[in-house]
Amino acid sequence: MTLLLFLAQTIRIAIPYLFAAAGGALAERAGIVALSLEGYMLGGAFGAVIGAYYTGSAWIGVVTGVWWGIMLAAIHAVCTLRFKADQIVTGVAINLFTVGITRFLLQLAFDSSSNSPRVAGFGGDNIGGALALVSNPLVWLGLATMPALAFVVYRTTFGLRVRAVGEHPLAAASLGVPVNRVRWVAVLGSGALAALGGTYLALDQHQFTDSMTAGRGFIALAAVIFGRWDPVRAGLACLLFAGAETLQIRLQAAQLIPSQFVAMIPYVLTIVAVAGVVGRSVPPAALGRTTD
Amino acid sequence: MTASVGGPTAVVRMNGIQKYFGAVHANRGAEIEVGAGEIHALVGENGAGKSTLMKILSGMQAPDGGGVEVGGRDVTGWTTAQAIAAGVGMVHQHFMLVPTLTVAENVVLGREPVSVATFDRDRAIREVEELSKQSGLIVPANRLVADLSVGEAQRVEILKTLYRGARILLLDEPTAVLSPPEVTELWAVLRRVRDTGTTIILITHKLDEVMAVTERITVMRQGATVARMATRATTPEGIAKAMVGRDVDLSVQTSAGSVGRGKGLGDEGGGGTGLTVRNLTVRGARVEKAVNDVSFTVSAGEILGIAGVEGNGQTELLEAISGLRGVTSGSIRIGDREITHASVRERGDAGLSHIPEDRHQRGLILEYSVADNLILGQQHRFSRSGVMDRAAVATNAAKQVAAFDVRPTDASLAVRTLSGGNQQKVVIARELSRDFIVLLAAQPTRGVDVGAIEFIHDTLRKARDAGKAILLVSAELREVLSLADRVAVMYGGRFVAVMSRADASEDALGPYMTGARKAETESAA
Repeated sequence: MTLLLFLAQTIRIAIPYLFAAAGGALAERAGIVALSLEGYMLGGAFGAVIGAYYTGSAWIGVVTGVWWGIMLAAIHAVCTLRFKADQIVTGVAINLFTVGITRFLLQLAFDSSSNSPRVAGFGGDNIGGALALVSNPLVWLGLATMPALAFVVYRTTFGLRVRAVGEHPLAAASLGVPVNRVRWVAVLGSGALAALGGTYLALDQHQFTDSMTAGRGFIALAAVIFGRWDPVRAGLACLLFAGAETLQIRLQAAQLIPSQFVAMIPYVLTIVAVAGVVGRSVPPAALGRTTD
Repeated sequence: MTASVGGPTAVVRMNGIQKYFGAVHANRGAEIEVGAGEIHALVGENGAGKSTLMKILSGMQAPDGGGVEVGGRDVTGWTTAQAIAAGVGMVHQHFMLVPTLTVAENVVLGREPVSVATFDRDRAIREVEELSKQSGLIVPANRLVADLSVGEAQRVEILKTLYRGARILLLDEPTAVLSPPEVTELWAVLRRVRDTGTTIILITHKLDEVMAVTERITVMRQGATVARMATRATTPEGIAKAMVGRDVDLSVQTSAGSVGRGKGLGDEGGGGTGLTVRNLTVRGARVEKAVNDVSFTVSAGEILGIAGVEGNGQTELLEAISGLRGVTSGSIRIGDREITHASVRERGDAGLSHIPEDRHQRGLILEYSVADNLILGQQHRFSRSGVMDRAAVATNAAKQVAAFDVRPTDASLAVRTLSGGNQQKVVIARELSRDFIVLLAAQPTRGVDVGAIEFIHDTLRKARDAGKAILLVSAELREVLSLADRVAVMYGGRFVAVMSRADASEDALGPYMTGARKAETESAA
């Protein structure tokens, strides 16, 4: 029973990571640094709460959440693809902008600097644990995301082009592949996916709280790198990180290890991965490079 | 003049092409006219605007003026996709291949076979294998491009254009990276492709290639077309004169005869020691002993040329001497100074200069200006307590740009905007203008035109005559033969032959280069 609970909690924690990491893998394979996952998630969470609050429907919340993610990603795309701005600077700007704009609108819409009122979510109120999990369609969607992304990246023409554009955009361009259009789709897709992660988070807690994503976008990015930019491996990394987090929560009562150390696990593992301890970790060659 | 060229069946006609890159006027009224089914040479010095003209033809760049006609249709300013659709395919000087994709994926990219909305990998492989058989361009369809040899990669490039049904094939300096047998094979392929009715434009500055495979020639100089001729009716000297605008001594770069006057001829006697390498073994990226127990000496006032097919340890040897790669065992000395484990900076101070084989990766920082690139590695000599002395940098730049004839002469331009030959001149200017005892010259004229080759060879000879010890590594056997006082052949990480220039010839060295003959004695140099 404890194992089942452990598993349920791990999945619950992993879902936002899975969505965001899928977005990260998609963008980075196309050569765009996915530093703004955190912003997309936070924007998605806020958008979802707005939609759910004014319509009373969690599904509408999903739509508005994703729409927020796409809009933020569009800003990123315009800056980096249209105006060739630096991807890292733009990514950081998106994250900061999102923190500010959601805080501002939170105040404006709900007259609160900390949290929104309670909104609708998925699953009943009275069922907890594993049952709440299986009744939430976003959980199933989240679990399906990585295999689906793997299929897109490795089995479709779009995926082939994404990989080509992320490795050698000039070669792709010389063959008539519309490099910028492929990247636009990848960036908007990454915004939508990461926003789904934020949406899940907000609807699961039935409210938006200020800066509620709390660095999850960066953990997702760490999972992408730890998974060597492969969707399936990145998905497993998400589960691993979520498992570590669950462990930390379980162990907190026992006070065996300071929680800060467990919180470090994703980043430590990522550094280990990037340092090349677990096989070679080679990013897409054109990652972060601006091309004309 | 035009009457003899093209004629009524011209498939490509470009008139009065103008193209600017910022301050650089790359094409100033360039013209070319190519007849159907011919192999046409487009020749000219570095920076003459050949590649630019062909990029305009292939749709990668739009002209700022002038007109482009293909098959009688005005196609000025078309896109890459339109050019491909119209059957114009370009094989670029720097390969346009995605290393992490397979051969088949690279070939079909942008025109992928699809079944039920997904990429049909099996069909892609089948189609590529079929095309490979038809054209005689043998490639492993399912292998990653990263694992291919240079020759194979080039075949993939040509296959890419044929897969798109290219009727007009543009090749930008296709032999720059090929070994002699691969070049011969390429010519056979091109002739076969030409015989099926495809028109081929060959950008090159190697005049023997022009004479060997082309029918007509367009010569460019400083962005403009200066001559058009039929290959049969001209000579290498005639082409060279048109390219450079003056008479060029071709014997220097073509043949034997110019045996160096170096003192170290034959053995290591003579002048003082420059570079001494003893029992050097170096680990490679994939092989345990990329350099295997190699010993040699380069005396002051001597050029030791290393011949050999690329990938036989030359790169690792140079990296070990220059301090970019660790040494497994053995020792390296410059003069009397032991530098086996010294840092790159210490080696420089000990008197080592290095012209790296890949100027883009190791020789230059492309985004930096010419002036900044000219002081790389010596910035400490151009600064006072950590602050750059811009005036000294500028003075140095003006001096070197004039001395080495770097064009354009504006040293504030980013090196990226220069042509390959002028970029190479920047590297050479920097490495030769410092104090040094030993010079490592790796592929010093790769991707460089006739005029610049002559200049670079002269520069190296002068350095030799001034008492420098020069280790020359070149994939061009003729370059080794025209410069070296002694010639070593590297094969499988070893020196399999060392001979004086007088004994060395293409015939004598060839068997060693292919591994057909092994060293009779291990007592190298």
